[in-house]
Amino acid sequence: MALSPELFKPLGKIETQADIVRPSITYWQDAWRRLKKNPLAMASLIFITFLLLAAIIGPFLSPYSYSDQNFDRANLGPCWAHPLGTDGLGRDQLVRVMYGARISLAVGFVAATTTFIIGVIFGGIAGLAGGWIDNIMMRFVDIMYSVPFLLWVIMLAVLLRELSSQRGGASGSGVNLFSIFLALSLVYWLPMARIVRGQILSLKEQEFILAARTIGASPNKILLQHLIPNAMGPIIVTATISIPEAIFTEAFLSFIGLGVSAPMASWGMLASDALTALKSYPHLLLFPGIAICITLLAFNFLGDGLRDALDPRMRK
Amino acid sequence: MKKSVVFVVFCLMLTMILSGCVKVPGSEEEMVIRYNVGTEPETLDVHLSTGIPEATIMLQNYEGLTRMDAAGNPQPALAKSWVISPDGTEYVFTLRESKYANGDPLTAHDFVWAWKRALDPELAADYAYMLYPIKGAQAYNEGTGSANDIAIEAVNDLTLKVTLEGPTPYFLSLVAFKTYYPVHRKTVEADSDGWHLKVDTIIGNGPFKLVKWAEGQMEFVPNKNYWDASAVKADRLIFSMVENASTELTMFENGEIHMTNTVPGQEIPRLKAAPNSELKIFPYLGTYYYIFNLEKKPFDDVRVRKALTLAIDRTSIVEKVTQGGQLPAFAFVPPGIAEPDGSDFRKNGGDYFKEDIAEAKQLLADAGYPDGEGFPAFEILYNTSEAHKMIGEAIQEMWKVNLGIKNVTLTNQEWGTYLTSRDEGDFTVSRAGWIGDYGDPNTFLDMWTTGNGNNNSRFSDAEYDRLVAECLVDSDMTARAKKLHQLEDILMEAMPVMPIYYYTQPAMVSHKLKGYSCIIIGGIDFKTAYIDE
Amino acid sequence: MLEYLFRRLLSAVFAIWVVITVTFIIMHAIPGGPFQRDKVIPEAIRKNIEARYKLDQPLLVQYRDYLGNLVRGDLGPSFRYRGQTVNGIIEARFPVSMQLGLTAFAIAIILGVSAGILAALYQGRFLDYLTMSFSTVGVAVPSFILGTLLMYFLSSKFKLLPSAQWGTPLHVIMPAIALAGLPTAFIARLTRSSMIDVLSQDYMKTAVAKGLPRWRVVWLHAVKNAIIPVITYAGPLLAGIITGTFVVENIFAVPGLGKHFVISIYNRDYTVILGLTAFYSVFLIGLNVAVDIAYTLIDPRIKLTARKE
Repeated sequence: MALSPELFKPLGKIETQADIVRPSITYWQDAWRRLKKNPLAMASLIFITFLLLAAIIGPFLSPYSYSDQNFDRANLGPCWAHPLGTDGLGRDQLVRVMYGARISLAVGFVAATTTFIIGVIFGGIAGLAGGWIDNIMMRFVDIMYSVPFLLWVIMLAVLLRELSSQRGGASGSGVNLFSIFLALSLVYWLPMARIVRGQILSLKEQEFILAARTIGASPNKILLQHLIPNAMGPIIVTATISIPEAIFTEAFLSFIGLGVSAPMASWGMLASDALTALKSYPHLLLFPGIAICITLLAFNFLGDGLRDALDPRMRK
Repeated sequence: MKKSVVFVVFCLMLTMILSGCVKVPGSEEEMVIRYNVGTEPETLDVHLSTGIPEATIMLQNYEGLTRMDAAGNPQPALAKSWVISPDGTEYVFTLRESKYANGDPLTAHDFVWAWKRALDPELAADYAYMLYPIKGAQAYNEGTGSANDIAIEAVNDLTLKVTLEGPTPYFLSLVAFKTYYPVHRKTVEADSDGWHLKVDTIIGNGPFKLVKWAEGQMEFVPNKNYWDASAVKADRLIFSMVENASTELTMFENGEIHMTNTVPGQEIPRLKAAPNSELKIFPYLGTYYYIFNLEKKPFDDVRVRKALTLAIDRTSIVEKVTQGGQLPAFAFVPPGIAEPDGSDFRKNGGDYFKEDIAEAKQLLADAGYPDGEGFPAFEILYNTSEAHKMIGEAIQEMWKVNLGIKNVTLTNQEWGTYLTSRDEGDFTVSRAGWIGDYGDPNTFLDMWTTGNGNNNSRFSDAEYDRLVAECLVDSDMTARAKKLHQLEDILMEAMPVMPIYYYTQPAMVSHKLKGYSCIIIGGIDFKTAYIDE
Repeated sequence: MLEYLFRRLLSAVFAIWVVITVTFIIMHAIPGGPFQRDKVIPEAIRKNIEARYKLDQPLLVQYRDYLGNLVRGDLGPSFRYRGQTVNGIIEARFPVSMQLGLTAFAIAIILGVSAGILAALYQGRFLDYLTMSFSTVGVAVPSFILGTLLMYFLSSKFKLLPSAQWGTPLHVIMPAIALAGLPTAFIARLTRSSMIDVLSQDYMKTAVAKGLPRWRVVWLHAVKNAIIPVITYAGPLLAGIITGTFVVENIFAVPGLGKHFVISIYNRDYTVILGLTAFYSVFLIGLNVAVDIAYTLIDPRIKLTARKE
């Protein structure tokens, strides 16, 4: 066979494996992309945004306040003037449901925030310190766990209520709400602490932490700049899941009469008020009930979606 | 190994669950009447009890010298006849031969002992004052006299002689009242604190006896030792203690109870309009009002109290909230009580005030709170019930809109605790209802005397006390009637309470239930009740 | 094993002690509580009450007395219902709540696990979506709304069941379902994801390759392993059921402990609140210990002496 010089001409640049690479994206961008692909999670996100807007702006747009009574227009079904109807005292249900949204979202926000701050710091310190500090801190968490959360919340709410009424003469409805917030915050950070600690325990053995220690980073810095950001995934998920739990607890408490006091309109209270007229005016239960259910669903789906999106194992 | 463990655990759980199977009391042949009394009783000690739910319960297993009929007239009961002295101060009751539910004989001596116990200052019974018409009773109860000076005497086993301080026209109604019931001496003395808590030690003498009190229900069976046992038709009474008015309504509509304690106001229009409606609205001699605690500022200022009273819309409350045919109240004594000449006390007394927002605002400004500014925050106390809550919310809003008083909150307590809070002055404004104990204006007026157990408002007026004492002994009925009106004048001038409406008693009653008595002064009598399928 | 048991019990007792002390402190911190209240009642009665409840003693003495009584099992008198004791209240009401709770527990586990298994086996297909939709309902609809709806439809409208109170198995059905809603949903999802995990493991493929019939594979291997997280959940499950009774017993007028706990909070009946909290914690802690032990029996990989996470 004749070998011609053409056969030995250089081929030119060959496409190597290294070039067949997708554009580099960060963890967060990837998570967001994955989240977008989840229809339920996206629908939930949209709903929550809508709810937030309705809660903040809604009451301003309505000609009624949550406590305006009008006996001539009592117990009306949905109509143009009152899209969600009115209750036995003639109060507009739409504005009351929106007001209830404020309370529920506020409770959720407070729960998520305190869960985040207290839980992360507590769990972070326990996980990082290890040894007897970790032992004691987790022991404390275990003990708190051995009583149903609600019991703690109830006792604290009662305590705060009594303390404030002693000081100010009467407990205003604002104080009631504050007591609930405080009681919830003092209890709901526990699961977060456990999760964060678990994450930190597994993270701190990794090389990049060793590297950071070697160059002399302070424990503070290690915790805040390295460990926690890497554990963000489960942290966010847990914080998100704590929101529907808090909303449920608040509705529960209001339902049994330990929550906000009349005439404030929390969803739980609207539901319990609606019971006495259930057979005659079912719309009074329908709307707050739907509001509660859809909101709980939305936050749960969002939490699930975030969990899937932020799970590095599912990264494609 | 694991599978069998699971199986065993499963069987265990199943057994535990099934062990909850209790045969529903009352077989097919038994006639069982089911009623909902609406709350757990505060106490079943006859002498300490003050509420209506307790009155209904005790009406079934106790009986006094007389027994009330539906119209509120006393009928002979344990006393088969009586002789009243011409001046009206001496009563001689001839008792029937009768027994307690456990077979022990019941004599006049038991009445003497029971009434003296009711007056015992150590017992501190709220209703002790019901016995004050009896000579020497008040002195003993207040600690200034001895028990021996009380003018009750058992002439013999079946004759009871009572001397009163003055001619009390309603004394026969009084002896039907629960504070006058003859409790069983031996059991009460054996355990003065706890006898009323266990079914075995509650020994009455009425048409029924209490045989079970558990799991939220009370069960009564006919008392074989009752003197009129043949008149009792039912085989069993089952009282539930469900507080939730809508649950109660559901139970009724399902046929689980024959009669409810109340009806949710919002459901009344629908129930009224239903074909073959089982909604009944019984007359009720009582007033629904708010009490002001005169020991808490600024409610010690009469202008504040008047302002609050004038600034609400009662018509809206009765037409839109309670919806039970109640009447707005502009005085304290309700209509339905006759004067000596036959005319109606309320009609003669007229209205004491008119709703007037402008005047209310002026009064409030005079008191130092123009447009509600600076008015301290306070709570309205009520016992747990949707109805009271709604009324509270309506009034809260009315005060806010009409007077500018903004930080009023509502707080609720369970029945027993609520009564205790009121008694102990642990409230600022409280919801209250007073049902007359007998058909005379005095029942609405004598509780406002200084230190009276039911005077939760702590109202105190020397002239008032004097007039009440005079009415007790007055023999001139016309003069007495005038004094009663004067009493109401003083009360309404001082306004320690804010009348809201006069009661009615709406209830759902099954068409099958007959022979019961809904007493105008409270309580349902099932003595002759039966089910007609 | 014994050493482990001993240490576990010790820490359980310690936990109970802490809970009681904290509760005691909270109760005493409430100003104007019955332990410190000035009452406007006749002298004789007031002296009686103070002597009976030893309210005039210094705090530490009261605490010591309370603990002493506790060890003997005496939870003290109810302050609001004169003549009744906390023990008496528990004796009368706990069996009712127990029946209700156990029924709900059974429903949650049986239904939840079965649903989860089915969903995992038919993952991505209709049965999966069906069961998961039901479980979503369980998560979204709070127990008090579920209970109300159940009462409205099953009792009011269709007259299938008695609406409220207690006494026959029929009375148990609606409250138990309302209670079990959320736990069932949670367990279903937990089981499902755990099963999916297990099913994808290599040893499952090995078993099938070995020639075992599929159902045997599923039952013997998959379920046994997948149940572990569910057992871990037993503690929080019970806690959830306990708190659920507060509202369910209220709606259905069930004469149980939960309803009484709520009432005693309104009443500020502090001895009852304290006593019930102590009671519930003992119960829960006891269950947690039992779960830990059962755990080790089921999963041989977990060594008893290893520190549990």
